[in-house]
Amino acid sequence: MLALKKVLRTIFEHIEDWFDVVFGAKWNPLYQLGALGWFYYWIVVVSGLYLYIFFDTGVTQAYTSLEYLTHEQWYAGGIMRSLHRYASDALVVMMMVHLLREFAMDRFRSSRWFAWFTGVPMLWLVFTAGISGYWMVWDQLAQYIAITTGELLDSLPLFGESIARNFLSDAKLSGRFFTLMVFIHIALPLVLLFVMWIHIQRHASPRVNPPKELAIGTFSMLMVLSFVKPALSQAPADLAMIPATINIDWFYMPVYPVLNHVPGLTVWIVLIAATAFLMLLPWMPPGKKIPVAVVNLDNCNGCSRCAADCPFSAITMEPRSDGSAYEKEAVVVADNCTSCGICVGSCPTATPFRTKSELSPGIELPLDPIKALRDNTIAASENLSGNDRVIVYGCQNSLDPKALTDANVGVVTMPCIAMLPPSFIDFVLSRKLADGVFLTGCRDGDCTFRLGIKWTDARIAGERDPMLRKRVDQNRVVKYWAGLTRRKKFFSEISGFRERLNKLALEKTEQSDVKENSENNNA
Amino acid sequence: MPEIRYIIGQIVAFTFFAVGIGYFSNSPSYTYHDPSLALIMVSFSHGSERKEKCRRFTPEEIAELAPNMRRPMDCSRERVPVFIEVTMDGVILLSKSYTPTGLSKDGSTSIYESIAIEPGKHDLVTKLRDSSREDGFDYETTVSIDLKPRELFVIDFRKDLGGFYFK
Ligand code: HEM
Ligand code: SF4
Ligand code: SF4
Repeated sequence: MLALKKVLRTIFEHIEDWFDVVFGAKWNPLYQLGALGWFYYWIVVVSGLYLYIFFDTGVTQAYTSLEYLTHEQWYAGGIMRSLHRYASDALVVMMMVHLLREFAMDRFRSSRWFAWFTGVPMLWLVFTAGISGYWMVWDQLAQYIAITTGELLDSLPLFGESIARNFLSDAKLSGRFFTLMVFIHIALPLVLLFVMWIHIQRHASPRVNPPKELAIGTFSMLMVLSFVKPALSQAPADLAMIPATINIDWFYMPVYPVLNHVPGLTVWIVLIAATAFLMLLPWMPPGKKIPVAVVNLDNCNGCSRCAADCPFSAITMEPRSDGSAYEKEAVVVADNCTSCGICVGSCPTATPFRTKSELSPGIELPLDPIKALRDNTIAASENLSGNDRVIVYGCQNSLDPKALTDANVGVVTMPCIAMLPPSFIDFVLSRKLADGVFLTGCRDGDCTFRLGIKWTDARIAGERDPMLRKRVDQNRVVKYWAGLTRRKKFFSEISGFRERLNKLALEKTEQSDVKENSENNNA
Repeated sequence: MPEIRYIIGQIVAFTFFAVGIGYFSNSPSYTYHDPSLALIMVSFSHGSERKEKCRRFTPEEIAELAPNMRRPMDCSRERVPVFIEVTMDGVILLSKSYTPTGLSKDGSTSIYESIAIEPGKHDLVTKLRDSSREDGFDYETTVSIDLKPRELFVIDFRKDLGGFYFK
């Protein structure tokens, strides 16, 4: 499974590199799948409300009311109906790619089980909601769905009366049935909304809205599609005749043809086993829980930066428990913590300028203490020589920069690049441990720990605490977000950086030469 | 102007996406039933006879039963299977025995079969056995049908209506 995931992740990243070229990283839909899901959901709700106003729940009126919308009112009701259908289809595509991607990127284990676990019921909700929608049209497709679903339900020993039998003659069908379908078709999406909300409860600032430009793009696509290929009904249902050749919505009903050939009970067993398997996946091996972040109250001043930066809502600020003069203290919710270390990077007390014995910040990862980060930095700098000495700080979730280690480059890695307090950059440059600092990590727009790249960019740019000090020469700091796949560009960025550092050194000696010369001339 | 490039990129990419959604939302079509054929469905549920006839307890036996279980008759609840045979123009279409539902086979028997046939005029003979007899049938009906392609002919059975009836 590990190998499969690695392959999947590499495939995803290659495709995403491609999408970056087409859309730009900011608008790349593959980084916005969850947000796109929300967006499609809202389109479905709004268009659905409009359809509901005109939908009639009589046995024959259901069909005719939709025919009226599609043909007489094509400019409004017809478009709404098409938007309703196509946004629902897009939602399925988004959801399945999202599922596969979260799996490939391994973002569902240990503390991150929650979003995965709550995602699985959404599969059932989305599919059953969509199928109930097609049922309401009461055309040949609906009749086929009714018979096949009835047969599937009949295979369970739950219902005394056969359900499929109701769809073998008109006599047994009444408007009450359509009222029930409307109820189901409204209730399921409402439950879905509730689960969607639960789904993101453990995410700090979850992305539920795609970037405006991407939203406009995908909405325009749905509009154009609705005009070019309006959603239509098939021939009306006729229970005296068996549906023969049907146009199926393959996004919602890929299993239906299978149902016609496999015993119902087998289908149930497979579906339930698959659901259980998916739900239990976060706890299947190899699952190891890494020790979570720990607060050291002696060094915590209650500034709450760590709580603001934690991407997984794993830190709460509580009243002080140690009698100190500070008002608040940071408390780690161990169940939510992913051991990313982003909180360490945000803590004002995590600065390498402190004397070594003092270097115990307010919050720490037990396996990667900040002291070790400083020791590793110093060790990595020790064998460097020349005017283009570079310290590369990288994360352990993208390509391994260790291969770069040579006479000019020292490498230090950590779980997430945002674990690096910006003061380390100042430390390296002011103590002349290296001539430049190079930061790398996951790709822009898709950090393994969600917000690591965003916070790092903001800290370096001086937009978010803790900021990189103004005295640091920005010419000597470079970031390149490489991910797993951008190896070539990564290497060329490094060598470009070293060239620039050499040039800087040359300019400096020239400047001091000029200064010396003018001083000599003056003398 | 990278934005222009990305806008064009979006248009191209979303065109592909739209074509994909538009196409797979109702294609390729699926043939559930051969449109040149008609369909006979046998669909009903029916409670068959008990496997054993009820027997009157002897007074001694009644005395031996727990007080709250005392009753005059001893009835095994298990039912016999339902056997159905459908022949069309002398050819057997269906000949099958169905077990009653329930853990102790004491429920009614549910039958749900579909048989595609050539449309046109046919003579159907439907037979059903729901007793413990070894051979022969308890019910038998003959009916002439004339079906169009895709037309559905339902064979139903209700004891209180006298046996087979058709829709
Ligand atoms: C209607 C369907 C769905 C919607 C609208 C949806 C939406 C979202 C959103 C908005 C996020 C947060 C993204 C972020 O801000 O980083 C997210 C994360 C996630 N979703 Fe979904 N989701 C859906 C279905 C699913 C399904 C079916 C699964 C898998 C079974 C799933 C698994 C996950 C996981 C594992 C995460 C990330 C957790 C993490 O980063 O720790 N989702 N989803
Ligand atoms: S390591 Fe820190 S930032 Fe990361 S999840 Fe745990 S508490 Fe939050
Ligand atoms: S960032 Fe550090 S000092 Fe501030 S509240 Fe968190 S642990 Fe305490």
